[in-house]
Amino acid sequence: MRIKCPVCGERPLEEYAYRGDAKVQRPRTHAPDQANAWHDYVYLRDNPKGRQKEHWRHSGGCGAWLVVDRDTYTHEIFSVRLTKAARRRAK
Amino acid sequence: MSAQAYRLERGGLVERSKPLHFTFDQLQYDGYAGDTLASALLANGVRLVGRSFKYHRPRGIFTAGNYEPNALVELRNGARREPNTQATMAELFDGLEATSQNRWPNLSLDLLSVNSKLSPLLSAGFYYKTFMWPRSFWTKVYEPFIRRAAGLGSAAGANDPDRYEKAYAHCDVLVVGSGPAGLMAAEAASGAGARVILCEEHPRIGGALLTERIEIDGRPGQDWALDARSRLQASGVRIMPRTAVVGWYDGNTFAAMERVADHLAEPPAHLPRQRLWRIAAKQVVIATGAQERPLVFPDNDRPGVMLASAARTYVNQYAVRPGRRAVIFGNNQSMETTAHDLARAGVDIAAIIDPKDVVSSDISHVVRGQGVAVVRGGRSISGVKPSGRGAKTIGCDLICVAGGWNPSVHLISQRGMKPVWDNEIQSFVPPVTSGPGFICVGASRGLYSTESCLEDGYQAGLAAAREAGFKDVETATRTFTASGPEQGRVEPLWRPESGAKGKCFVDMQNDVTDKDVSLAAREGYVSVEHLKRYTTLGMATDQGKTANVPGLGLLAGDLGKEIGEVGTTTFRPPYAPVSLGVIAGHSRGPTWRPVRRTAFHGWAEEQGAKFIEAGLWMRWHYFPRAGEGFAEATAREVNQVRNAAGFADVSTLGKIDIQGRDAVELINRVYTNSFTKLPIGRARYGLMLREDGIALDDGTVTRFDKDRFFITTTTGEAGHVMEHLEYCHQVLWPELDVQMVSASDAWAGLAIAGPKSRDVIAELVDGFDVSNEAFPFLSAAEITVCGGVPAKLFRISFSGELAYELCVPYGFGDAVVRTLAERGARHGLVPYGLEALGIMRIEKGHVAGSEITGWATAGDLGLGWMVPEKKPHNYIGRAMAAREGLIDPNREVLVGLKSLNPSEKVPAGSHLIADGALNSPEADHGHVTATTWSPTLNAYIALGVLKRGRERHGEILRAANPLQKYDVMVEVADPVFYDPENARVRD
Repeated sequence: MRIKCPVCGERPLEEYAYRGDAKVQRPRTHAPDQANAWHDYVYLRDNPKGRQKEHWRHSGGCGAWLVVDRDTYTHEIFSVRLTKAARRRAK
Repeated sequence: MSAQAYRLERGGLVERSKPLHFTFDQLQYDGYAGDTLASALLANGVRLVGRSFKYHRPRGIFTAGNYEPNALVELRNGARREPNTQATMAELFDGLEATSQNRWPNLSLDLLSVNSKLSPLLSAGFYYKTFMWPRSFWTKVYEPFIRRAAGLGSAAGANDPDRYEKAYAHCDVLVVGSGPAGLMAAEAASGAGARVILCEEHPRIGGALLTERIEIDGRPGQDWALDARSRLQASGVRIMPRTAVVGWYDGNTFAAMERVADHLAEPPAHLPRQRLWRIAAKQVVIATGAQERPLVFPDNDRPGVMLASAARTYVNQYAVRPGRRAVIFGNNQSMETTAHDLARAGVDIAAIIDPKDVVSSDISHVVRGQGVAVVRGGRSISGVKPSGRGAKTIGCDLICVAGGWNPSVHLISQRGMKPVWDNEIQSFVPPVTSGPGFICVGASRGLYSTESCLEDGYQAGLAAAREAGFKDVETATRTFTASGPEQGRVEPLWRPESGAKGKCFVDMQNDVTDKDVSLAAREGYVSVEHLKRYTTLGMATDQGKTANVPGLGLLAGDLGKEIGEVGTTTFRPPYAPVSLGVIAGHSRGPTWRPVRRTAFHGWAEEQGAKFIEAGLWMRWHYFPRAGEGFAEATAREVNQVRNAAGFADVSTLGKIDIQGRDAVELINRVYTNSFTKLPIGRARYGLMLREDGIALDDGTVTRFDKDRFFITTTTGEAGHVMEHLEYCHQVLWPELDVQMVSASDAWAGLAIAGPKSRDVIAELVDGFDVSNEAFPFLSAAEITVCGGVPAKLFRISFSGELAYELCVPYGFGDAVVRTLAERGARHGLVPYGLEALGIMRIEKGHVAGSEITGWATAGDLGLGWMVPEKKPHNYIGRAMAAREGLIDPNREVLVGLKSLNPSEKVPAGSHLIADGALNSPEADHGHVTATTWSPTLNAYIALGVLKRGRERHGEILRAANPLQKYDVMVEVADPVFYDPENARVRD
């Protein structure tokens, strides 16, 4: 698999570290009534066969966190973009 | 027999001016440059080269390529001995030593060939059936026997003396295979401007142009290939001979193995033995050609039975007659070509056995409508008896088998594309001939005429260049006038003649017969994947390149289905055998992974330091003086720190420079404790949690300015924490105005500890006031030392003594440590290693990696005080740390443990059992995490975790270590054994 880092260009898989589903949203508060939301956020992940947006880090390169739109079955990559803060840093 | 009695006087691509000497089973032979071991053996009349895997049947040379199932030999000797090498792929070199395999005591007389008589016991799935009872026989009798009998060659048993490399290449168009189609594809793509790599597994470029008698535009194929090679070289195509593309992966990435020096006795000093390439290609042209398949008939494995295309290769390329008198047996018209090529080389054609009546009527000696009933001979062939009633044996020493062609669909199959059956040509072909990033051409997609392969390759080369981004390339066709072999009419012929006697092999390398396939079908293994695993058909090192399709043909017949309905198994990488050495590359022995040395390494080596690998680092372990062992040296180091001063290398700690208007906000969100009120010039201990509420790492946070922080992490978690902080910033909170950079390698760090450490530091600083009043505990400053070296000075302590940490730029490290050691000597300063550091941290009750295990909470570690209730931030781990299970008072928490008998050690890992209870999971209340002899307390002490441990100080427990059969009584204590008031650090 090859991923095109917006900063460094197309690079091989080993330069990247995988994290997982980019869709999950961190609950905004730590209030006790948020317990279920926290459980979902920390532990529950979809496991789709097909297209998914994922977090990857270019750990062997610029260190940027990326959102990679990838098909988990064919490994086709539809888009790679920097997260907002990484975009700012790249400027 | 005279030397090379089977060599032709003229022709072929061997260099008769370069004779080579080699041995096979200790006998001397001669060959020529350009030979393979197989062709040289055939030239010398050697027919018997090995014994088969299961039945130990005599076997010869069956193919002329990488699909050889029989002629597997050991090459070379000693540490370079290489078992299971295909003689058909081994290039001859002067002095080559080859040995046959799988026979005892020798090749002609092999005692285990009795297995052939035992074959009813060794049928498909025998290992599930035969050796099942009595059960107790398995380990003592059956397994040792099977292990001795199984397997082919034996490994060298010594370290491989050669080097292996990994390399990377990029191109617009990768062409796999250099036959007519591949050559034209490379030429067309290169002409269109594309960067082209052409990989060919054989040493010579040309593919079928070398092995068949082909003419293109009036030029002999072998000459035409040379011309094409020159044209490609001139146009900048990167030609990689001896390079097999073995894997096709996502993103059009290819693995290719280059046999750089396999054709030499030893690699020259500057070259590796083999090289593993990773090739990233925008487009690939698959021009892998096709391989001939055998037919299934009685004793079709005898030495002297050979694929017809292989026989043609031996006469055309290697100028070797594979026999004197041949019978040709097949199901397609290429038998005519074979007869013609062999006759031209002086081989008598005894007969063409043509059961399907495909040979033209003007050919003589054709036995029509009959198959092969009997093959006479054992270690060589003496004749063939056709199956017709009253047929007489036809004398011969060579049987050429033409069973049709298999396009090499392996790479396509690796990508998950299922080959489909083409009834017209009786072959599996790619389901599509092109798709995103690839085009299949020539024989690999079932085109068998030279003209069509050339034209197909040319068009594909242009198309690949266009797809790779050379948009101006226009479609064009080019026509050629060529003649060459044709498959012509081909008829299905899968099953041996009914009533034929003798074993009919399908997979020769794994000794699978037609009866095994039928047995599997009868027993219900009707899926092709089950058939493969039950019979082991196709599971040998040749991956069933010759065996698979005949096996499918038989299975389809047994099931009353069409081959296309039965389908085929999936080919997986690697396409050709790949050595473990080349997969490891440089990652072995001392170059297994990088060795990281700190700036002080050279100095410490001069001091006679012992080093220890810790994580990726070489760290100081201890500094023995004359007459000291490990225990004496570490005890002295501890005593010196406690009573005077010592220094340790702390360069390996992670260091992160965090700056920006929101730096303090980010820090507050990732640590449990609050840093809002941390003054400039002060440091504070900090604890990070994971989002699930478990402790992640600890370290110090120092504020050098309002918006400028410097944090440290443990050595082991340095990379992980950096990644974590970048995730927090870039993904969770991009709105924060903050920047960070890892400074771990930029700064070399020293801890200077002990009651005299202030005097030592005073010797280094450039006029900086280090008095307790001006620079109290937890102070930090950016200063200069040793006359202008920039430095960060911290007053922090891990040892429990008055202590400092000094960071200087990496490049100054060596000079600074020398100055420190010299100036500190008058204050009793000594270096101390990781062992002394570890002893002192246990004495002081500091947690480290053996306690921060990934399941310990802040409370478990006795760090509950670092988790303030009032902090407003929704910091990482806060919500989940409040879960019921993580605040359960019954959790195992950090305790100190004193050995009741101070001279009895407490082994790490011991379980803590209530006094009087037997060992059981219920009585197990915790375990020992770290243990040491304490020179300070003159006793064995330990740290551990214990259920409700904080309430149990003073209780007596049994530390049980059933593995070491060792129990010791311990008293539960506060984990801080030394200076519990923490007064010394503040002095």
